[in-house]
This record gives sequence, structure tokens and C-alpha cells, in this order.
Amino acid sequence: MQSISLSRTQLLNAIWAMHDLKGYLDDGDVTQLATLFNVSAIEIEGVISFYHFFHRKPAGRHTIYLNNSIMSELHGFADIRTIIEKETGAEMGKVDPSGTFGFYATSCIGLSDQEPAALIDFVPFTELTPLKVKATIAKLKAGTPAETICDEPKNNIRYKPEGGRALIFRDYEPGAAITRLTELLPSDVFGQVKEAGLMGMGGAFFPTGVKWETCRKNHSNRKFVVCNADEGEPGTFKDRVLLNTMPGLVIEGMVLGAYAVGASEGVIYLRAEYRYLKEKIEAALELFRQKGLLGDNIPAKQPFSFDIKVQLGAGAYVCGEETALLNSMEGLRGEPRTKLYFPVEKGYLNKPTIINNVETFAYTARIIEHGPAEMLKLGTKASPGTKLISVSGDCRNPGVYEIEWGMHLGELLELSGAEHPYFIQVSGPSGTSVSMKEINRVFGKNDLFCGGSFMIFNRDRDLLQILLNFSNFFKHESCGICTPCRAGNFILTRKLEKIQLGLGTLADLTDLQNWGHTIKQASRCGLGQMAPNPIMDTIHKFPEYFEKRVDLSGSKLNKGFDLEAAEKAYEEATEGL
Amino acid sequence: MASQEDNLITLNIDGNDIQVPEGERLINVIRDQGIDIPSLCYYPHIDPPLGTCRVCTVLVNGKPMASCTTKARNGMNITVHDPELTDTRKAMVEMLFAEGNHFCPACEKSGDCDLQGLGYMTGVNMTRYPHLFIDRIIDYNPKRVVIEHNRCIRCRRCVDEVLTSEGKRVFNFVNRGNDTEVAIDYLEEAKLSEEQATNAMHICPTGAILVRGKSQARPFGDRKYDIEGINRQKTVPVIQEPSKIRDNVKKTIATVSLAGCFGCHMSMLDIDLDLIELIDLVEFDKSPLTDIKAFSRQVDVGLIEGGCCNSENVEALREFRKKCKVLIAVGECSIWGGLPAMRNMVPLRECLEETYLHSVTSEEGAMVIPHHEDIPKILDRVYPCNEVVEIDYYIPGCPPGANHIWKVVKNVLFGEAYSMIFPEFKYD
Repeated sequence: MQSISLSRTQLLNAIWAMHDLKGYLDDGDVTQLATLFNVSAIEIEGVISFYHFFHRKPAGRHTIYLNNSIMSELHGFADIRTIIEKETGAEMGKVDPSGTFGFYATSCIGLSDQEPAALIDFVPFTELTPLKVKATIAKLKAGTPAETICDEPKNNIRYKPEGGRALIFRDYEPGAAITRLTELLPSDVFGQVKEAGLMGMGGAFFPTGVKWETCRKNHSNRKFVVCNADEGEPGTFKDRVLLNTMPGLVIEGMVLGAYAVGASEGVIYLRAEYRYLKEKIEAALELFRQKGLLGDNIPAKQPFSFDIKVQLGAGAYVCGEETALLNSMEGLRGEPRTKLYFPVEKGYLNKPTIINNVETFAYTARIIEHGPAEMLKLGTKASPGTKLISVSGDCRNPGVYEIEWGMHLGELLELSGAEHPYFIQVSGPSGTSVSMKEINRVFGKNDLFCGGSFMIFNRDRDLLQILLNFSNFFKHESCGICTPCRAGNFILTRKLEKIQLGLGTLADLTDLQNWGHTIKQASRCGLGQMAPNPIMDTIHKFPEYFEKRVDLSGSKLNKGFDLEAAEKAYEEATEGL
Repeated sequence: MASQEDNLITLNIDGNDIQVPEGERLINVIRDQGIDIPSLCYYPHIDPPLGTCRVCTVLVNGKPMASCTTKARNGMNITVHDPELTDTRKAMVEMLFAEGNHFCPACEKSGDCDLQGLGYMTGVNMTRYPHLFIDRIIDYNPKRVVIEHNRCIRCRRCVDEVLTSEGKRVFNFVNRGNDTEVAIDYLEEAKLSEEQATNAMHICPTGAILVRGKSQARPFGDRKYDIEGINRQKTVPVIQEPSKIRDNVKKTIATVSLAGCFGCHMSMLDIDLDLIELIDLVEFDKSPLTDIKAFSRQVDVGLIEGGCCNSENVEALREFRKKCKVLIAVGECSIWGGLPAMRNMVPLRECLEETYLHSVTSEEGAMVIPHHEDIPKILDRVYPCNEVVEIDYYIPGCPPGANHIWKVVKNVLFGEAYSMIFPEFKYD
């Protein structure tokens, strides 16, 4: 066996390579990886067990991941689960006795506009119905490879500003932005991005130009550009559509970023849920290389070389947090770092790094291609330009909307054909919950920011079901490293379950508010700081709903204690004795 | 501390401007000012600091930050003392108690445990969060150590600090989310020297890592947090709410022992000669101390020992709630289940079968789990009193000291102020 230790940054790829051979890793694989990377086996186990697409036990010759996000739940998750279990013989979370099918639930796979959806052998199957599941499983059993019968996910681009004013969804000529570098200095690039007022579109809305300029100023022999394509926020899918329709635009943005900050290496961190897009992205990269717009000596005003590779994630929502993503790229568990340094100071491999969202890079390409003025014509003074919003849920036209900042919430509801909306979740479970009293709110910096997810729920939907789905998601997706997020989200879930059973009191609602506040205050990263939002927001904004769901009598005998239920186990154990 | 050549910068802590070296960790800056701030995962020589427990959270320019992972910068405005913030730090300690299965009276590390020490320091007398009672294992596989997962608080100290002589990790986090736990590498562990293994035990803030043959606890009085607390603290912060009952009529007390051991009742009698004073002030109604079986009236204070493990406990507790103006949970069992709750991680059927059918003292071919309509039904798990009825006050301890109990009772009945000195406030 080899005794040289490989660079830790290769660990994720090495695990994938071994995992792909038989769909799981056995003890021998773990030992081999430990030897290759010269670490203890428990380090390898730590990384493997962090990501939910890695298995340590056989996971079937075909592995089915059914999305369990709220959009899937509301569009038939339970029925589809039943039919998959029946047709494959595999219970959810297990493998069927013959070892043919492994069947698992997975968090949002970025197909909220075509749920219920599943990944089978990492290719997408959308708008599932019992009949479709039956036919698909039958074909798989007959030996048809999944990739030959899977669906091409729809792009569903529904709206863009009229009159050719759209920034993203307009004609695209590959190379249009990069070729402008021959006239531009690096400072011109971040200068124009700054001038256009572009903010980070992943949801943090940090000024992109400022980020690039800061990174430029940090001297280092090596710098990196990272594209965050780990679009995990439930309800978001705009990055999938962008990567599917215009991967080149994103690549160009990365090239511009590299030129602006002085980086020579770039990485697209692609979530494993979008693995089926990897080939397409790599083909686009190859095209740019052939044109001489990527690789050594890219034509520019200053000497410039830069190349990009794609790094596949392995299933972990928290890796969308930029420092967790960097750790994941370095072959570590995807735990967010302590915020001693910004990535522009010490990022990937402790070198200055810019990390931007897929959509942000696309905008930078448009800014350089058309000039900042084009962007400043749109939107508001505080938030110029447009924003891609993924609309899903109870509406006639789910899909991607390129809206101008400054649009009213009600307007978007109308455009999407929302039917009897009652509750809107803006920016995903970690965002803001909105009631119909707020339809005059305005998208943008001064009022309501939206990172990309816009989920509409009608008056027949049950708030507690939605909140529990979110809460279970966070409980499962927390990286587990800090106390409030790991234990706190679990505790909140238990409390919601109690209320859902009809055993809650007014005190439970107060507890949820107070405990949520504590979790927000003490958590280490954005995940924990945001996770309690929907619970706290809805209790505050939908009092009429919660008043019906809890005991308001003020009795000192807790309704939450159910004596009959507590006695049941004893009665069962002693029955017939 | 940073060296003297470092730039001195000015920042403000709770309204006072101070000069400190730039880049120094805030937690050290705060402590150098003589301000007590709790910490758990922080270990000065682990760099970068772990930042996992969040017990040292402060406000920096109004934004919550862990003070261990934040560096001093010029012009920072830091808040340490603020009621809400103090409560957040305390909440973190409570959350750790609620998340794990911390049975202090049965723990080798009790008295030397940093988590316990923090509980005393911040005055945790109950956890606001319901205990999760997740079934966790005790791992006896390693050669030199035993891993008691019930007590692990996932602070990560062992992960970063315990390395083999070849520099390889022995411990690591595995899984994710609420399933995150610390796992041990048996092969690497076997390479640890006795000294390295002992170091692993000492670096663990709780009793999760024990070295075989070395875990003998020190006697009461000699342990780390018996006489003084963290930072030589002498008293425990106690909440003194004004008494709910304020008149001069002789007060009435009732007591009951539910799923407990009567130890708390024994402790109540331990006030010795003060009993005589007490009898002048109060009258006992229903109580095992008086052997009065039924309530004769509404009483002022009910003292509850033990949690609810069967249907009769629930009935008794509900009756107490109806008859008592104020209910006080006395001792760990009534507060969160205590030692009887050790069965909460095991399904009831397994418990009953183990006890009555498969135990070493069971008769050959035993078939009967006792059951009859006249005997109380055992509940699926042991419930803390506050899950069944509303509880007004909590007195921790196993058992709580006599002085502790009567100080609280006198505070509730007569509004008498009190303070707790360290040796009086214990979880074991």
C-alpha cells in the first residue's frame, strides 16, 4: 500500500471515487483511505458520516433519494413514499432484501417547482405520480440505466423585466464579458462591480465589489475564487436554472473575479444534488479553454492565467455557509469556522479567497459586458438591478422570476397566480415568514430582502406541519458543533410536536419565543442564528391560528401531560399475563 | 498574554475604557479585568479556540459573539453584564444538561466536573428545557479508557487535543445534526500511553472519558467544586422572588415523596434544633413526617420529593397542585426525574422483563410481571413534576441540604432574604 500521504483537499474526491464503485464504503475502504491520507480511520469516518450521500453499508444497486422538503410534502410525498416502498420492497432508510434498491429521504433537491421529485442514481425524476413511479421502478428492475429514463428538469423561467431590460435572462454570447478584459485593469473590474451596487445574491447581500477590492489588497502568492453552487435552502432552485441554461455566464463571472483579485485558481463547489449538471459545466469550461478564455494567458490588459475545476459536495445543507464550504473543500467535516478571519483574509487553504454565489457571478459578467449603467437603470436606488426568485407552492406558475428590486410582494403573488395565499415563506426556512397583511412590502434593501426562495402556502395548509418540516430540517442539517443549534433545534422540534398533538399551552408559545431568541443569540453561524425565525415569526404574525391550537385556560394542571398515553406501554407489557 | 511590543488599543467593557494588546482574545481581556465570565470548551492553549459551547457569549457592538473566538480590536464596545445576556449564557449550560443524561449522583467526576461547576456558578436550579433522554451507549471497547457517551457535551476538546505520538487523532466527531457525537478510534487509542490516556480524562470537562482503574472519585470536601466555585466564587446566584404569601397567620406545609428515595425528607429533618423554631412558625398538614394521610385544608406550601413513575404519583401530585398555593420541587428526582429516570432511555417492556423475568434473582421460568387493578400503573417513563403540573420553585440536590430547603421555604413563606454559600448548593 502507498505510504505517501495525499493532500487532504483530495479526500472528498477520493471518497466519491471509491463510493461510486459499489455505492458504499466498507471497512477496508476506510482503512485504505486512512493510509492514503495518513490520518486515523476515525478522521475518515468523521468526514464520511457528515455527508448524507455517503453510506457505510450497502445502499442498493440503485439508490433512490426522495425529497422530503415541505414542497414535496404538500405535493404528495406520503403517497410517493408508499408506492416506492411497495414497488421496491425497500422501507425508507433501508435497502430491500435483494439489495437492488436503497431508499432514503433527502433534504430539498432544488426542484421545488416540480415536486414530488427524487434522485435515482443521482439523476432527477420530477413530478412523480404513483403510475410514473411504478413504470420507473419496473424499467430499473429490467436493467434500464436510470440516466436513460430520467427527466430533464424544466427551467420554468416565468418572468423578466419587459422590453429587453432583463439583466440575466437576455441573449448571451459566450466570452462577451471576458473579452472586455483587454481594456480593463483589475481595479476597473471591481470598480464597475462596486459602481453597479451589486450585492451578494446568496442571501447575505454583502457588497460584491467591496469584497473583491478587499481581497485584491490582501497580498499572497496564491488566491482563490470559489463559486458557491451549494444551493441548499429549501425552495430555491434559481442557481440550478442558471447553471443549466447559462453555465458560461457564471464561469465568466468567476474569470472576472479572478482577474479583479489576482487569483489563478477557481473552484465551483457543486452540490451533489446537482451532480447531473457536472458534465454540462465541465463542457462549458472546456469550451472556454478552447477559446483561450480560460487557462494560461487569458487575453487581458495585465498578464492573467486562471483555471477552474468542479468540486462535488456530498449532501450537507450547512456547506452553503461559506466557511463550512471551505472546510468541505479542504476535506474536513463541513463545519463553519469561527469567525476570526474573513475568507478574503484567510480562506481556502488559509489563502485570500472570494466566495460568491452562482447568481452573483452571473451578474458580475453582465455588469462588465453591458456596463454598470445598465444595472443602475433597474431596481431602486438602495438596491439596483434585478433578482432571481424561485417561486413554488400554491400558485399556477411556479418557476424562476427575474424581478426588479422594488417590486411589491403582492405583485409577485399576482404574477405567479397565487391561489388564496395565506402564508409566505420568503428566503426559505431561514428567512422571513409573511402574512397577507404584508403584501405591500417591497423587495429590496430597505424592506424585504429575498435570497431566492419564495414559497406560497394557501389557506388550507397547516402552519404547524410547515413549521415542523422546517424544524426537522434544521435539526438534521445542523453541523452539530455548537450547543444552541445542535440541541436547541432538537428541543424546538419536540415542543412543536407537543403543540401539534394538541397538548400545548400559552406557556409553550412563550417558551418557543424565548428559546428561539436564545438560540439565535448564541449560535455560531447563520444556520442556528436563523433557524428559529419561522417559529418566532408565525407565532407573532398568526395569533389567530395558534390561539386555536393551544390551551388557553391557564390551568396549573398541565394539559401537556397525557396520563392515558403514559400508561399505555405498561398495559401493553402486562396484557394477557 | 500577548507580548509587550504589541499595539495597545482601547476598548470598552460594560462602560469602562481599557487598554489592551490588539488581537488578544476577548475572554482573556474580560477575565484580566477581574470580571467573571463562564466558559466550558475554552482551553487557553487550544488555538484556534473551539467556540463550540457558546457559554462565553458577550455582546460586541451590540452583536452576540463568543468571547473566546473574538479578538480585541480598537473601539470595540463590549457588554458582559446584561440580564438577557447572563440568561443566555445560563441557558447554554441548561441546554447541555437537558441534552445529555447527566446523573450527577452516579458520576465518578461529580464534584470535579466543569459542567457541574458552571451550573453552580450560574445558579442553575432546574433546566428550562425538557430533558431529551436520548439512549446513548457506554463504550467499553477501548483498551485504556471507557467512553461514557451519556455525559459527553461535544465540546471537542478531546478531538483537538488527544493525539497519538504520530500526531494522529484518537477522537473525532461523527454524524451530523442532533446525531453528532464523539467517536473513538480503537486502533489509535491502543497506542496511547498511560500518561496520554490520563491526560484525555483530565481534558474532558465532564465524566465522559474515564481511564480504567483510575476513575476513583475524591471524597466529598476534597473535590474541585465543593468549597469554592470556578474563579474562587463563594456564593451561588439565587433568584429571590418576593414571597407570594404575606400575612401573619401560622403557615401550613404539606410534603410528599413520589418516585424518590425519601432522602429529601431525611434531609428536611437535618436542621436539628431549628426544628423547634420551625414548629412555632408552621404547621404540617398531609405529610409522611406527621403521618397525616389526607389534606384537611388548603395549605400554603407543598414540598414535592420525587418525580412521577406511576399513575398514583400523578394523582398525588395533581392533588397537591389543587391543595397548595405554592408548590416546590425538592431534589433532582422531582425537578427532572433524577436517578429513577435512568430507565427513561430503555423501553418499559424491556425494563419490566429485565426486572421480573430475566434478572439473576428471578425464579426459573418466571412468567409474571406484577399487575392488578389495585396497584398503580407504571408509566412509560419517569416524568419530572413540572411536566405534570405547574411548579413554582425548585431546590436542586441529591438530596438538597437541610439549610437550602428551609432557606427557600422561609423565603417563600415569610419573604426572608437569603444567600447560598457554595457547599450548600450541590447536585449530588
